[in-house]
Amino acid sequence: MREIGRRRFLAAAAGALGAGALPLAALADSVQLPFANGDRQLLAFPQKRPLLVLTPRPPQLETPFALFDQGVYTPNDAFFVRWHLSNIPQHVDATAHRIAVTGEVNRPLNVSLNDLAGLPQHEVTAVNQCSGNGRGLSSPRVAGGQWDNGAMGNAIWTGVRLRDVLERAGLKSTAKQVQFDGLEGPALPTTPDFRKSLDVDKALGDDILIAYAMNGAPLPLLNGYPVRLVVPGWYSTYWVKMLSAITVLDHVDDNFWMKTAYRIPDTPDNSVVPGATGFPTVPISRMRVRSFVTNVADGAKIDRNVQELRGIAFDGGSGIKRVEVSLDGGTTWRDAALGTDAGKYSFRRWSSPLRPAPGATFTIAVRATANDGATQPVTQGWNPSGYLRNAIETYKVMVG
Amino acid sequence: MKRAVIAGIAATLLCAGFAGAATIAPPKGPVSISLPGDAGMTFKPGPGLAAVQANCLTCHSSAYVSTQPVLTRAQWTGEVAKMRTAYGAPIADDQVPVIVEYLTTQYGKP
Repeated sequence: MREIGRRRFLAAAAGALGAGALPLAALADSVQLPFANGDRQLLAFPQKRPLLVLTPRPPQLETPFALFDQGVYTPNDAFFVRWHLSNIPQHVDATAHRIAVTGEVNRPLNVSLNDLAGLPQHEVTAVNQCSGNGRGLSSPRVAGGQWDNGAMGNAIWTGVRLRDVLERAGLKSTAKQVQFDGLEGPALPTTPDFRKSLDVDKALGDDILIAYAMNGAPLPLLNGYPVRLVVPGWYSTYWVKMLSAITVLDHVDDNFWMKTAYRIPDTPDNSVVPGATGFPTVPISRMRVRSFVTNVADGAKIDRNVQELRGIAFDGGSGIKRVEVSLDGGTTWRDAALGTDAGKYSFRRWSSPLRPAPGATFTIAVRATANDGATQPVTQGWNPSGYLRNAIETYKVMVG
Repeated sequence: MKRAVIAGIAATLLCAGFAGAATIAPPKGPVSISLPGDAGMTFKPGPGLAAVQANCLTCHSSAYVSTQPVLTRAQWTGEVAKMRTAYGAPIADDQVPVIVEYLTTQYGKP
């Protein structure tokens, strides 16, 4: 990926949006996200263009939303970054790297990238979205990583099927879950190491990859060089970076990151009344259907020459059936035109003509429906961790 | 554009021989980066700062605190307890009220 300076990037973003659509703050070295304590510096981390710094250590970097207007794929150097633990290797040798496959297997393996080269190659275009994407917009607010909606990206992932590796190791009949660990470690030995697990049936699925390339290039180190797990349709907590160990378990994983963290209420829409306690929970898994406008920001004054609305939609893997746009805050809707289908796990671009009358003020809303029939709610349900956000997005705009 | 990028990369690599698909070899060799640490971000001055620096900065930068919503004393108390019980932070018992007081005063509300 080519390096491109912040000024050039912003200029490009402003050009794509049409004059006046980009919030003024984006021209400074920091931006103000639309919630309290939402000031974020724009800094270029290694192999990255300037991104919104949620936290520098461990690094959590958000993609400026205007970037999503530039295409269906998110460039590697603009792709969001999220680590849990601060002991992150800053030097990784792909040639020396190994993935240890142990546990309930007949033949424990120590897999090199050269070994992966000997397996059939597969690729999948898939959205990688943080479980807490949009958490900063929770109402009432909740503690945790305060993302706006830029903790997501869409890429072509290339690698081998996890199943092909597991079959070479040979699962024992006692295998129940498959646990994944990466090189990321805690600063203190008392902090639980970050590990995630999938049920065996899920792990053996066609689309689960051990990926060594992203958009045709090696993964940036901060996105998991040299290999990461890809679990299309599921939130990125499962997409373990710098994958170094696969352990087949004979039980349901009870480590902190499965048993306590990344869980959602086991209620009909996975929401609870704010402040509720004592409800049952389950691990988060499949992503909810979402859609966004990408060429107009909320609160923006748009140029009367803006001739269309554009955006993206995606879901947890059934694909996008329909995107509708409203210019009256959701009272009346019309169908948007869907762009090229890059696969059921991908962003799907959409567009809709716009004929703005000078001086008009209106509220744009966008709503996607997935092939499985799921659509977006008007009102966002609440859960204590701010997961699963997918309410209909609205954008108040004025035509200049 | 992406297709061109992939085609360009594929042209420099061996073809693994399954129909139609360009192949991409797994990467070789080292990648080194240098992370910026806390990128100059610091906790606000105030009573209890030393306790916060000594305990919280072991695992994360001050931005983990400064980017939170304006939490209540009860919520900050819960966060400090979570750091001890869930994340194993070795915060001494007598430092807990000092840290909670600092967080509530500097980054919270009563």
